[in-house]
Amino acid sequence: MFVEFGYGVLLVSFLVAIYSIFAAIYGATNKSASMVESARRAMLLTFPLLSLSAAALVYLLVNNHFEVSFVYEVTSRSMPTYLKVTAWWGGQAGSLLFWSWLLSAFASAVTIRKWDRDIEFLPWVIVICSTTLVFFVGMVAFYENPFTRFWLVGGNVEPHLFAPLNATLFTADDGNGLNPLLRHPGMVIHPPMLYLGFVSYVIPYAFAMAALITGRTDDRWIRLTRRWSLWAWLFLSFGLVLGGRWAYDVLGWGGYWGWDPVEIAAFMPWLTGTAFLHSVMIQEKRGLLKHWNMILVILTYALVIFGTFLTRSGVLSSVHAFANSPIGPLFMGFVSISLIVSIALVIWRWPDLRGETEMKSMLSREALFLLNNLLFMSVLVVCFWGVIFPLISELFTGQKVTVGPPFYERATAPLFAALMFLMGVAPLSAWGHSTLQTLGRSMWKSAVAAVVVTGILFVTYTKNIIALVGFFLIALVIFVTLQEFWRAARARQRAQKENFLTSLSRLMGRNRRRYGGYIIHISMMLMAIGILGIELFQTSTQGSLAKDEQLNISGYTLQYKELASWDDRGEGVNYTRAVVDVYKDGEYIGELNPRIDYYFDSQQNMTIPGNRSTLNDDLYVLLVDWQPVSNAGATFKVYVNPLVNWLWIGSLAFMVGIIFAAWPDRDPAEEPARSGVARSSKQTSAAD
Amino acid sequence: MKKFFYSFTFAFLMAILFTGVSFAQDTTPPTDDEVNAIASQLYCPVCESTPLDVCPTEACKDWREQIRVMLSEGKSEEEILKYFEAQYGARVLAEPPKKGFYWLIYLLPPAIILLGAVILLRSMKQWTTKPVAESTGTGEVGGDSSPAKDDYVARLEEELKKQK
Repeated sequence: MFVEFGYGVLLVSFLVAIYSIFAAIYGATNKSASMVESARRAMLLTFPLLSLSAAALVYLLVNNHFEVSFVYEVTSRSMPTYLKVTAWWGGQAGSLLFWSWLLSAFASAVTIRKWDRDIEFLPWVIVICSTTLVFFVGMVAFYENPFTRFWLVGGNVEPHLFAPLNATLFTADDGNGLNPLLRHPGMVIHPPMLYLGFVSYVIPYAFAMAALITGRTDDRWIRLTRRWSLWAWLFLSFGLVLGGRWAYDVLGWGGYWGWDPVEIAAFMPWLTGTAFLHSVMIQEKRGLLKHWNMILVILTYALVIFGTFLTRSGVLSSVHAFANSPIGPLFMGFVSISLIVSIALVIWRWPDLRGETEMKSMLSREALFLLNNLLFMSVLVVCFWGVIFPLISELFTGQKVTVGPPFYERATAPLFAALMFLMGVAPLSAWGHSTLQTLGRSMWKSAVAAVVVTGILFVTYTKNIIALVGFFLIALVIFVTLQEFWRAARARQRAQKENFLTSLSRLMGRNRRRYGGYIIHISMMLMAIGILGIELFQTSTQGSLAKDEQLNISGYTLQYKELASWDDRGEGVNYTRAVVDVYKDGEYIGELNPRIDYYFDSQQNMTIPGNRSTLNDDLYVLLVDWQPVSNAGATFKVYVNPLVNWLWIGSLAFMVGIIFAAWPDRDPAEEPARSGVARSSKQTSAAD
Repeated sequence: MKKFFYSFTFAFLMAILFTGVSFAQDTTPPTDDEVNAIASQLYCPVCESTPLDVCPTEACKDWREQIRVMLSEGKSEEEILKYFEAQYGARVLAEPPKKGFYWLIYLLPPAIILLGAVILLRSMKQWTTKPVAESTGTGEVGGDSSPAKDDYVARLEEELKKQK
């Protein structure tokens, strides 16, 4: 019943979305407001329809309907209810439905807004959103169907949507269960965050295309979607950070990022999205780079689709997997067609997109932003090429190759360093015009302070030249940014005769995007401290210990005390947990409990580290193996990850920065600075 | 999957068979860290993008044992890596070897980046050398005499002057 219902409303939403495309095109070309309104209502209707379809799927998941193949694959009886709900996005078919549902929600939210003078965008925004929706819903309905059931046909169990001739429904006793790696709380929210980010980027793209089609190529589309792109960036960043934390906690290799194609797939739209965040400011302030912003938003959209496809399907693992999967060519076809059409639109409108002013100085802020864009694009080129090269190699030489971390690290490290340097310089440059002199004058204090910090680190911490360059850049950016806060707040304080903190908070409140951005810059530097620490100073050792035997690493001593193994039938897990005493410089500082969890339903192991985390370093202990009978005891792998905690601290600060920048207030695009200042001075006098 | 597993086990058994003699030699056995130092540079064809030193599968365990055996035979790191490459193809290495077709992966990104930089530089030159008369001058928000000055602060001070 629920299967037919879920699939039925899915099909209806597919048809409704198709209708909205044609109605919107007809309405726009024939200037028929009622047709556009009809298209808008159809678009709005897809959300409740897809919600019903999703609700049906969740009902099936929660109630152990193992006759449904998707339910069988991702749940089992022993899983708690909340995990059965989140299993919705634990597999390909479900996550595509999840994607579609989110898109219909966002598209509805955007079509509900008051359109007033932007009404000519409306039909084309609907066309773009609905086309994307039709593609994804179609994929779910016809290729990756979560409502497929098992049927017993002549002794064989086969998955079909509807009953084949002479078949009876087949219900398995228990399901496979969700991959244990995906049962971690981080993994429960990581995919939705990533998807929220992915899907939000469809909206700026839809507006950009609407601007191209209608010929209203001023920066209106950018102002209308500014908040969308910020929130998209927020979710994407949050998703990436959560993914990193999850990897650190459950993947058991002592790291947070492995340059895996799946990770890179989520990282690539983030790169273009970040470049876009910066370059739209040039268009807003100086009326330049209109072509480039269009290209960036198109690329981001294409990479979002590409990323969705890459993260779940695994079809890029080989040429054969790609060719054999029905969705591979479809996805590629969709990405290619949307790229071609979008670029054709840009070329068509090329003359209208010419800049309104000229670049005056190679050191002006707009020029430095362009350099920033070049660097982000360079990282993108490295990532993209690294991800697809194994396929290209297989295609041309028949040999698969691995493109692993060494390649990416070597190629991107100098690019990231250059980006950091820019982060230190660009905030000091002015729009329009800067010279080496003006830059030098505002920078020298911070530069001297950074040199002093680097000198201290050289004497006390490390002689590693790469680390010192990294720490110098980090210090430079932090000092420059703090100086920016200080300078502006002092100026305001003098002018307004407020106390310093009031000035600072009012200043930040009046210009959220700028100061939110600076908070993000500082957070990035905190993250960079963690990344430098773990990349350059990580040490590890492995050893098999008998009871009470010890292992030494970087000033720590580990002593193996005992090991216990037990079944928890209710949860369907076997736990093996070791007790290890930890000493630092001979002093007892606590015990750690590295674990191996074995999941009966999916027959998979999970290695949970015992981790002792301080601001200085993490002691990260993994139980690799154990011998229950012999006296050889257990094998441990131990990592010391210096400074890695700063990565997580920075990530949290980073989230605060983005939320600060993106927090909605009264339509800031419309609000001139004038009224803000006037209001604040009134408040000040009232307070006095 | 299975095929790989069997071939690993077979290779492992063969390795043990043919190295019986060197076991008898009285040398200190290689430590886990020595094995991992080499294993971290290798990827087994089954476990995509998980280096051998941290991969928990049985197949990878066998590979690590094989490295241990080869180390105790006195083989060098380079010899061991060469052996695995010859046995299972270039894909076991963390990145493609620098030869032939594989040069593409190392040369293409810098080439594209360089091209991008040249295009950017040229268009920036073009923008900056255009006669100033053409400028419509919309952008300049601050208009302050000190160019490096925060345009917001400039605007704010301007507003305050007007208020007084």
